[in-house]
Amino acid sequence: MTMVAHEADAPALPVGWAAICRVSDLEVERGRAALLGETQIALFLLHSGRVHAVQNLDPYSGAHVISRGIVGSRQDAPTVASPMYKQVFDLRTGVCLDTQGKEPHTLRVWPAAVQNGIVCIRQEQP
Amino acid sequence: MSSTGTTPHVVVVGAGMVAHRFVESLLSRTDEQWRVTVVGEEPRHPYDRVGLTSFFAGASATDLELDPSPLADERVRFLRGTTVARIDREDAAVVTDRGEHIEYDRLVLATGSYAARLAVDGYDHDGCFVYRTLDDVERLERYVQERSTELGRPLVGTVIGGGLLGLEAAGALQGLGVECTVVQSSDRLMSAQLDLPAGDALRRLIEDRGIRVRTSAVTTRLDADRDRHVVGLELRDGAWERTDVVVFTVGVRPRDELARQAGLDVDPRGGIVIDDGCRTSDDRILAIGEVASFGAQCVGLVAPGYAMAEVAATRLLGQDAAFPGFDLSTKLKLSGVEVASFGDAFAETPGALDVVYADPIAGVYKKLVVSDDAKTLLGGILVGDASAYGSLRPLVGRALGGDPVAYLMPQDGVAAPTGDLPDDALVCSCNSVTAGTIRSAVHDEGCTDVAAVKACTKAGAACGSCVMTMKKIVGAELAKTGVALSNALCEHFSMSRRQLFDAVRVSGLQTFSGVIDRFGTGRGCDICKPALASILSTLTGRHVLDGENATLQDTNDHVMANLQKDGSYSVVPRIPGGEITPEGLLVIGQVAQDFGLYTKITGGQRIDMFGARLEQLPDIWRRLVDAGFESGHAYGKSLRTVKSCVGSTWCRYGVQDSVGMAVQLELRYRGLRSPHKIKLGVSGCARECAEARGKDVGVIATEAGWNMYVGGNGGFTPRHAVLLAEGLDDEGLLRAIDRFLMYYIFTADRLQRTAPWFEDLEGGIDELRRVIFDDSLGICDDLDAAMAHHLDAYEDEWKATLDDPEKLRRFASFVNAPTTPDPSLAYTAERGQPRPATTEEREAGGVLIAGTTLEVRR
Ligand code: SRM
Ligand SMILES: Cc1cc2nc3c(=O)[nH]c(=O)nc-3n(C[C@H](O)[C@H](O)[C@H](O)COP(=O)(O)OP(=O)(O)OC[C@H]3O[C@@H](n4cnc5c(N)ncnc54)[C@H](O)[C@@H]3O)c2cc1C
Ligand code: SF4
Ligand code: FES
Repeated sequence: MTMVAHEADAPALPVGWAAICRVSDLEVERGRAALLGETQIALFLLHSGRVHAVQNLDPYSGAHVISRGIVGSRQDAPTVASPMYKQVFDLRTGVCLDTQGKEPHTLRVWPAAVQNGIVCIRQEQP
Repeated sequence: MSSTGTTPHVVVVGAGMVAHRFVESLLSRTDEQWRVTVVGEEPRHPYDRVGLTSFFAGASATDLELDPSPLADERVRFLRGTTVARIDREDAAVVTDRGEHIEYDRLVLATGSYAARLAVDGYDHDGCFVYRTLDDVERLERYVQERSTELGRPLVGTVIGGGLLGLEAAGALQGLGVECTVVQSSDRLMSAQLDLPAGDALRRLIEDRGIRVRTSAVTTRLDADRDRHVVGLELRDGAWERTDVVVFTVGVRPRDELARQAGLDVDPRGGIVIDDGCRTSDDRILAIGEVASFGAQCVGLVAPGYAMAEVAATRLLGQDAAFPGFDLSTKLKLSGVEVASFGDAFAETPGALDVVYADPIAGVYKKLVVSDDAKTLLGGILVGDASAYGSLRPLVGRALGGDPVAYLMPQDGVAAPTGDLPDDALVCSCNSVTAGTIRSAVHDEGCTDVAAVKACTKAGAACGSCVMTMKKIVGAELAKTGVALSNALCEHFSMSRRQLFDAVRVSGLQTFSGVIDRFGTGRGCDICKPALASILSTLTGRHVLDGENATLQDTNDHVMANLQKDGSYSVVPRIPGGEITPEGLLVIGQVAQDFGLYTKITGGQRIDMFGARLEQLPDIWRRLVDAGFESGHAYGKSLRTVKSCVGSTWCRYGVQDSVGMAVQLELRYRGLRSPHKIKLGVSGCARECAEARGKDVGVIATEAGWNMYVGGNGGFTPRHAVLLAEGLDDEGLLRAIDRFLMYYIFTADRLQRTAPWFEDLEGGIDELRRVIFDDSLGICDDLDAAMAHHLDAYEDEWKATLDDPEKLRRFASFVNAPTTPDPSLAYTAERGQPRPATTEEREAGGVLIAGTTLEVRR
């Protein structure tokens, strides 16, 4: 199921981290969904080269679509807008910056890192 | 006050504009329980008579209706199509033509006027009309159409009477394709408002517009053919002129017959005599509007009628108010001919001086009448350039505050003095709204644009001649409060879409990064990115998924399908004009069956397949593309559908091949990116089965060619499209639509459909005609070139995507599991087709979780 073949000489990942894909599988300022075990996450590669991971489930619609939203910024926060009802979330914290008049909901975020061109996500809180 | 006890009852005779205003005013200002009965002879809701001529520009009877709420109030009984036959003053009652007695505590007569015909032989031949009511204009339009079909040629027509109304009527006839002459008995047009040089200047303007003018011409007889159709008219000098249709605009007569019969004081020249409280010679009876004679004068303008309505309502509530006398200021509402006259236009005030500026070559004549010390404005006449009317009229009786000559110079010579209008200066005379009221609408009511001020104060809601002045005041006032009218797109761009469009065009930039670095800040958002994607698409004509610009797109455009509530997508292949072969139907049916998609016929004459998963889209489309289908752009802010009716190929009434034209249009404009979606319709005859007038562009076939309507809308705020041009041939139609669409695309705001864009368009339909047909802005070459570019660059987005592995990567469901279906999708069957399962159904189990292909349990 995993597209990334672990190269033999790749240094081992620290405990709790999972390799998901190559950075080059991602598109700048456009999300991609990924499976972290059973869980759907949304990965975003920013203009700056940073990768963010948040839950793919849109809490406002119940559909797994956050990865398909438009990426942008609000002041200094990198953001994604849900494609369904356009709530805007801070990619760093998952906090909803524009609830479109609804109750606030926060996206779960996962620590993400890029190591040797591989996008890695920390699965468990230490 | 009341004879019956608690609830006083006022009966209003007539349901015209003034009666309507009276009821509105009375009810809005009182909590007292007045009961109101309104009896109106016309079988309609009160309508905007001032705007009657817009009927010929496509306004429907419903468009012209005045605000329905006053007469819908529960305190009001409205008897339409009912005439009051007499007044019984002894019993304080009116008697209707149906024999009903209605008792009143107060009676208000608002019976208006009727349009006079000339007392000459033959005045009532078929084809002779007056110009006063909606019935009149409907009959006139029908006659012209039928008669010209019958004669097989355009008609020749005559308007008898060269006043304001006559010129409007001549413009309307011309709009109906009638070659028109205005016959005026006095030595100049609009003799009640203009002096001789102004009348001459106006005559030249009218003739330039293609309307013939005969002055000092008195009609003596109208001749008819054997079937009593009018065919010609004889003038006093012996001349005989051919004419197929005649419109009398020779003045109006007050409908004071009820008052005469009841023995009220009536002026010898007509009209019910009133005092400044609108009272007649019977204390319990008031008269307002055109039927009322004040100072031995009846006036055929709506503003004084409205003022009387307010006075009468105030008086009825026991408060004090007095009618100040008539303001005779007027402006001609004939496109391309600017004429206005205001205040003491004839310099009748003792000692008055006049200052005249004339430019016969430009067709301009302007005169200001000022007091003997040249300081106070008394009145004036503007012909050929009436742009100063809105700002000068409110200054009548006030200090001009400058050299009068400066006000007469060509438009760009001086800044109009509107910003400094005193608070009590009347800006909208139709609705008695002062500059102060407009300012307070901005300050105290929080209005931030002209539309809001209009809704809030009614300024600009009748003849519209004050709108430009309003705009300036609103702008100035907003600027003062610091809330400068912001048209910034979002936090990243301080420009409006239109400005951004121009900036991108001029700079030649082709990427989002380039544009935001140069003109914006930050990294964009879901507002500016799709807007910029659309702009770049218009200007570069590149594939929506090309390079960096693909990331600007909303998910619908990004994957070229429409997102559904559960995260799946719908698929809509283009079915041009709604025409599809049996083979095509089979393909769609087969694809839907193979992929387990829900199918539905859309409101746009095509077929939508729902429930496709992201990773299925390329497979589905490969099948469709192979069978010859292409993207229907159901997802894009672009052309959606061109709706057709079956037309002349099958329908027994069709006069042209509407399906053929619809297909041609759909293929021409498919994929055209725009500020909002665009829909077209083509009907094969006037029965309009394609509902073309509800579309952004509507095309209706006639024997003479295609009629083109623009600015229609269904959706949230339905609006009928307005007639732009008639009798176009195929080529002319395409060119006109090309330019219309491109002009809209170049200038509209983000997510502004053509209807609101058109509503905001300065100069309205006439200006649009000039832009499209006379190239008044000099941009037609650019518009044509942009459309040619679109036609060249069009390719089917789906086909291009399927051919490009790089683009196909985005259809992976998961970056690390590209073909695994979204495990959260769950369906259940209803009426033999799948639909997303509800939360309860999921919890109860037994739903279908999506697999690689999904079989539906039936
Ligand atoms: C499928 C369809 C309903 C149907 O089952 O028949 C439909 C479905 C949607 N319409 Fe519609 N409209 C459909 C015909 C219409 C029509 C009828 C017509 O075109 O003749 C109208 C009124 C006519 C008009 O547009 O003037 C219409 C007026 C709207 C509006 C209101 C637009 C407005 O100006 O107020 C929206 C909202 C918007 O676009 O902002 C809308 C938006 C939508 C959206 C896109 C809402 C959304 O964002 O999910 C729906 C999704 C389409 C999809 O998933 O495929 N739809 N919609 C029709 C598709 C026609 C087609 O073949 O492309
Ligand atoms: C084409 C056109 C353009 C115009 N343009 C302008 C303009 O630009 N500016 C301007 O100021 N004015 C303009 N006018 C004039 C303006 O429309 C009138 O001044 C205004 O409508 C008068 O309103 P009213 O209510 O007094 O009379 P009306 O609108 O005539 O209403 C009177 C109503 O009473 C009904 N009625 C009469 N007798 C009876 C009865 N016995 N029982 C029951 N009902 C009865 C009539 O059927 C009629 O519907 C224009 C008029 C026309 C026709
Ligand atoms: S009317 Fe509303 S519910 Fe129906 S298709 Fe259009 S947008 Fe959807
Ligand atoms: S002056 Fe006629 S609408 Fe304002």
